Amino acid sequence: MALLEVKELTKHFPVRGGLLRRVVAQVKAVDGVSFSLEAGRTLGLVGESGCGKSTLGRAILQLQRPTSGQVILEGEDLVRTSPRRLLEMRREMQIIFQDPFASLSPRRTVAQTIREPLEVHRIGTPAERNAKVEELLQVVGMRPAVMDRYPHEFSGGQRQRIGIARALALNPKLIVADEPVSALDVSVRAQVLNLIARLQRERGISFLFISHDLSVVEHVSDHVGVMYLGKLVELAPAHEIYRDPRHPYTQALLSAVPVPDPKRKSRRMVLTGDVPSPMDPPPGCPFHKRCPKVMDVCSKVVPPVLDVGAAGRPHRVACHLYA
Amino acid sequence: MSGAPLLSVRDLVVEFATEQGVVRAVDRVSFDVHRNETLGIVGESGCGKTVTGLAILGLIPSPPGRIAGGSILLEGRELVGLPESQLRGIRGRDIAMVFQEPMTALNPVFTVGSQMTDVLRRYRGLTQRQARGAAIELLAKVGIPAPEKRIDEYPHQLSGGMRQRVVIAMALSCDPKLIVADEPTTALDVTTQAQVLEQIVKLQQEFHMAMVLVTHDLGVVAETCHRAIVMYCGRIAEKAEIGPLFAHPRHPYTVGLLESIPRVGEHEKEDLAVIPGMVPDLLHLPPGCRFADRCMRRQPLCDESLPELDGDDSARSRVACYHPF
Repeated sequence: MALLEVKELTKHFPVRGGLLRRVVAQVKAVDGVSFSLEAGRTLGLVGESGCGKSTLGRAILQLQRPTSGQVILEGEDLVRTSPRRLLEMRREMQIIFQDPFASLSPRRTVAQTIREPLEVHRIGTPAERNAKVEELLQVVGMRPAVMDRYPHEFSGGQRQRIGIARALALNPKLIVADEPVSALDVSVRAQVLNLIARLQRERGISFLFISHDLSVVEHVSDHVGVMYLGKLVELAPAHEIYRDPRHPYTQALLSAVPVPDPKRKSRRMVLTGDVPSPMDPPPGCPFHKRCPKVMDVCSKVVPPVLDVGAAGRPHRVACHLYA
Repeated sequence: MSGAPLLSVRDLVVEFATEQGVVRAVDRVSFDVHRNETLGIVGESGCGKTVTGLAILGLIPSPPGRIAGGSILLEGRELVGLPESQLRGIRGRDIAMVFQEPMTALNPVFTVGSQMTDVLRRYRGLTQRQARGAAIELLAKVGIPAPEKRIDEYPHQLSGGMRQRVVIAMALSCDPKLIVADEPTTALDVTTQAQVLEQIVKLQQEFHMAMVLVTHDLGVVAETCHRAIVMYCGRIAEKAEIGPLFAHPRHPYTVGLLESIPRVGEHEKEDLAVIPGMVPDLLHLPPGCRFADRCMRRQPLCDESLPELDGDDSARSRVACYHPF
């Protein structure tokens, strides 16, 4: 059974305007997203700014309550469960944020930061909590001696390790990592990525890994989902989506990544125009205005989600080309 | 490259006074930029790449910063020590700049058109009407659709990619000899980045400009530059043409950087190669090679003295390392 199952998840934000601050429109930040995540696996979620990937991560964790749909963690629907039960369920799911400078309180020591989830959930005696903090620091590759220091004394990579230690404190089954390495330099980024891969291997944690960086996502993920304007347009095993992307948006996205090899120039598919506003998405396929393979039907009918993979290896794509 | 270089930077030293002491952000850096070429300056945060770019523009904030040594020659004319009034004439006319965040370069309360025509009238002495025509032409050049409509819009009405195009159009408006672009596409999404990079390469060729492109992204360097310098802790670690730099990187730092980048299409869930440790504190630099502490080829000599770049600029690749690849 899947650890996490997301069904038709939707998150709309009202847009207020005018003198009376009436709701004049809805931003469909997440619009009918479905997928499942097995225990001990990583699903990479990619897309450009405003595609809804961070909102999706937060809606799954109930940090932002979904407008509709289901988020089923170990058989329990988080959207409909009681607040008390939800608090208990929060032990199983944690988040790692992008900016290690903003996500740690500057007035708390490393130990206080990592210990906090244990205190909130009343786990262990103070002595046990401290022992746990030491253990967690070692797990993320830091010396326990740094316990009493403050975040400003650490570099970005070290802060991200502290954030990861905090996320691990409750032995969660699911971690949503929202752009966890985007603020880090290349050489430090590799260290943190390896740490995340090791945690997944050794502890069997499932990750939802959100990033705009396709190469990073490929490196850590078993499956990759591509989002555009609130919708999941393609979902497939990682090696497959990179080898054989089917959705024209995925193809464009992949070809746009600058490659550190001057000999591999120009097989690029440059898109024209910009991402439309999610307040006013085009009818039909959300990508049709920029799609190089656009057909008549694309501007009229929302494309169905099709499975174009081999038997037993689902490869989902929402595109009329494969209908 | 033949002929005299357009820009020649020699032994540039930039220092900043901090409460803890003087930090040398750029330490004896030398390079040339020729006409019709793009030079990349690449490295991680704090390596001195941005400060080098600012020094060329005469924009080191002073205090706390100052150019503590060296020279910057533009067509043989010394820029270091020029009074601000003269530098202002050079900036914009001879050297233009493009920064990471386009909103810092655009004034939110004026339309795109009025900001562009201001520059064109002032530096090229055009009438309002001529300036407007020239501005529309420039906007079209940088790939803005319906420029005659866009010219009357305000910056907030444009997307991030469009704004950066407008900034590039403004940088081009005085036909500069040199453009210094600092992370021009870092704030943009990948598909927009691809559009803007393609435009930059096209314009560089069309206008026969020289360009200094400051970036942390080796992929961007590979796709846009002719030569590059790799900086580490204020020093040049490696200086090479793009071909040899990526085919045969010689400095252990360059090698480590290239290996630690995950690449699209090479799926393997194995560990990435890692450069162990961290960048040293600029206030407490070791006497020897600054990378020694993290280097897999470290020998006793590396801790004793600072390696200088080998050979001279006639070589396709130069490296500051005692035990290069």
